[in-house]
Amino acid sequence: MNVTSINARLMQGNQACAEGAIYAGARFYAGYPITPSTEIAEVLAERLPQVGGKFIQMEDEIASMAAIVGASLTGAKSMTATSGPGFSLKQENLGYAVLSEVPCVVVNVQRLGPSTGGPTAPSQGDIMQARWGTHGDHPIIAVSPSSVQECFELTVKAFNLSERFRIPVLMMLDEVIGHMRERIVIPAPGELDIFERKTPEVAPSQYVPYEPQDDSLVPPMANFGEGYRYHVTGLLHDDTGFPSNSPAVMGAHQDRLHEKIRRGLNEIIMVEEAETEDADVLLVAFGCMARSAARAVKEARAKGQKVGMLRLITIWPFPEEALRQLAEKVKAIIVPEMNLGQVVDVVKSAVEGKVPVYGICQADGEIIPPERILEKIEEVL
Amino acid sequence: MSAVAETTQQTPIAINLSWCKACGICYALCPVKVLGPDELGKVTVIQANKCTHCKICENHCPDYAISVVGGKKS
Amino acid sequence: MFAEIEQYFRTERLPHIWCPGCTNGIIVKSIVEAIQKAGLDQDKTVIVSGIGCSSRATGYLNFNTLHTTHGRALAFATGVKLANPELNVFVITGDGDCTSIGGNHFIHSARRNMDLNVILFNNNIYGMTGGQYSPMSPSGAKATTAPYGNIERPFDICNLAIASGATYVARGNSFNTRQLTDIIYNGIANKGFSFVEAIASCPVYYGRKNKLGNAADMLKWQRDNCITKEAADRLPPEKKQGKIVTGILHHEPAPEYTTEYQKIIDKFQGGEES
Ligand SMILES: Cc1ncc(C[n+]2csc(CCOP(=O)(O)OP(=O)(O)O)c2C)c(N)n1
Ligand code: SF4
Ligand code: SF4
Ligand code: SF4
Repeated sequence: MNVTSINARLMQGNQACAEGAIYAGARFYAGYPITPSTEIAEVLAERLPQVGGKFIQMEDEIASMAAIVGASLTGAKSMTATSGPGFSLKQENLGYAVLSEVPCVVVNVQRLGPSTGGPTAPSQGDIMQARWGTHGDHPIIAVSPSSVQECFELTVKAFNLSERFRIPVLMMLDEVIGHMRERIVIPAPGELDIFERKTPEVAPSQYVPYEPQDDSLVPPMANFGEGYRYHVTGLLHDDTGFPSNSPAVMGAHQDRLHEKIRRGLNEIIMVEEAETEDADVLLVAFGCMARSAARAVKEARAKGQKVGMLRLITIWPFPEEALRQLAEKVKAIIVPEMNLGQVVDVVKSAVEGKVPVYGICQADGEIIPPERILEKIEEVL
Repeated sequence: MSAVAETTQQTPIAINLSWCKACGICYALCPVKVLGPDELGKVTVIQANKCTHCKICENHCPDYAISVVGGKKS
Repeated sequence: MFAEIEQYFRTERLPHIWCPGCTNGIIVKSIVEAIQKAGLDQDKTVIVSGIGCSSRATGYLNFNTLHTTHGRALAFATGVKLANPELNVFVITGDGDCTSIGGNHFIHSARRNMDLNVILFNNNIYGMTGGQYSPMSPSGAKATTAPYGNIERPFDICNLAIASGATYVARGNSFNTRQLTDIIYNGIANKGFSFVEAIASCPVYYGRKNKLGNAADMLKWQRDNCITKEAADRLPPEKKQGKIVTGILHHEPAPEYTTEYQKIIDKFQGGEES
């Protein structure tokens, strides 16, 4: 048996996400069970102690989110996973992690909402919650995989981005991707890049915890217990980490949080184009809907229709630039999404009326089939 | 760097007036009335010679503004 | 002498923000003295707090400090301790922080028996938000949100801690500072969830609303209304009426969470990492 065949396995999306986390170096998981994300917790409860990591089932999602932030401050790459109702409970301490710049990865295997909604019904209804779920102006990174292989690889990237930019990264799966079984090839150790958190190079007495050391504006981060005694708070603060209510300090803190992400857009934005070269109609899709859309592209092309797709891998920050460039070339944009119009509005505002944008929006727990997309293509061509 | 300021009087009681918030706890609790309020209500030493070094004032000052020098270690 | 414990404070940040006569500062000093007595390494000690006046303590303490969200300090502390059990982890929390919004985290942390040292500053009121009643305001007490007197009944939080599985439970007050330091110190020695209720006074809101006199009067009230467990055990019930019992109320060691977890990890020695 050669190495590749050993590492090729049939796996569920949730399981691939958990294995991706281990590969990325995650050594701490705290969570609370909820369908359809529970398998991630179950796999990690088994796997983490095998690699010297820690797993804990907390009393709720608020506590889980708090625990991963605490763990991350000691230097452990940390993760939690949840679905709809639990994602709502994460919001409080998600905001804390953004403000205090503590890296962590939060997986949301989306199910139909609102409220308890449809526990086993797939959905893409939490896209706006991912952007604005916690209060106040804040940046966020959210990514969405479309296959089991990508669940693995994107989890690794999510950890890298989180450690690199000191921000929580949201892995927006959906019930379809989370529960789908596909053959995946587990990358060999070293095959994928792993980013390790930048720690201070100065002595503890010189350490100014939130003072950026380079143009990235991302300050190096000391781990608790290593001699750098500093203060972490959810209050707006200056570079020393101590709170201030001076408008200048509070404004500067907010600005840096946004600016560090803006400066990193090249690393953060990930999209994939298919058949866009000569396309008249562009499909914009993400997550499980990208699979339906890919099928629609193929069938439309077979009929001689010039259709292409832009697949959003990064959803937040929104890949506006990539979209704008394509908007120059195409005659219409169609956005199929399993919600009642969350991304289509963002697309409209990004293309600024240059081309007509149509949504195919549905929130009933069913995947929008390629046929419906094909009908829409006929309609707009 | 000592945060405890030198007192100007020759007493066993070192007071850091900049930390004193004039709460009155120390002079209300001092069993022998060594301490009292100044015109702002902050602590002042009235009769240093009576001090028994009991440290009740030091132990109950919420602002760490009093240190009783000498006497038994608590 | 403050000079003896100065190294544990961020003195450049003092004086603290607490009101004149607020006893939070007294309790913080006892915590620091207990840490000193136990000889804990400052670099290996983490102090976590929630939100409230009392929770502001972390900003003044020269350790790894983590000022978190309202009620959640124990959950953050759980992550810190489990991720790195070498660290000594303390939690500073208020009566609202710990027993209201954080009540669920409290009972579950007690049940899990992770080696955490929790000090609850009980001033019977929400200080930071200006004097609303808390789950530990006595029945009949006045608060801005109980203008006609509190019709709810307060928790006996030490009993709740014991019932939830805490392995060390003690109560002290801000008058008897030696006792307070000792019970915190003994809690550090307990390998498991150690809980200390420290009676605090908020002269500004609780004191004023309930006509309890000035800061010194409130401290004297603590002196006159608390009795030690040893003394209480010798008294007939009628003499204990209305008294608050202080000292070590419960100590029953049990397997500690991070130690038990390490045993699971040890089974996989020879894995990728150990
Ligand atoms: C989620 C949330 N709800 C409410 C508040 C407002 N709040 C801040 S402190 C506090 C109560 C503090 O009371 P306590 O825990 O008793 O501490 P104290 O201020 O008395 O020391 C409240 C309700 C908040 N910060 N966060
Ligand atoms: S107890 Fe402290 S703060 Fe209060 S009056 Fe005395 S010295 Fe000043
Ligand atoms: S040490 Fe005792 S006697 Fe001396 S001033 Fe303080 S309280 Fe009074
Ligand atoms: S409001 Fe009360 S608890 Fe808060 S600092 Fe003032 S006296 Fe202390």
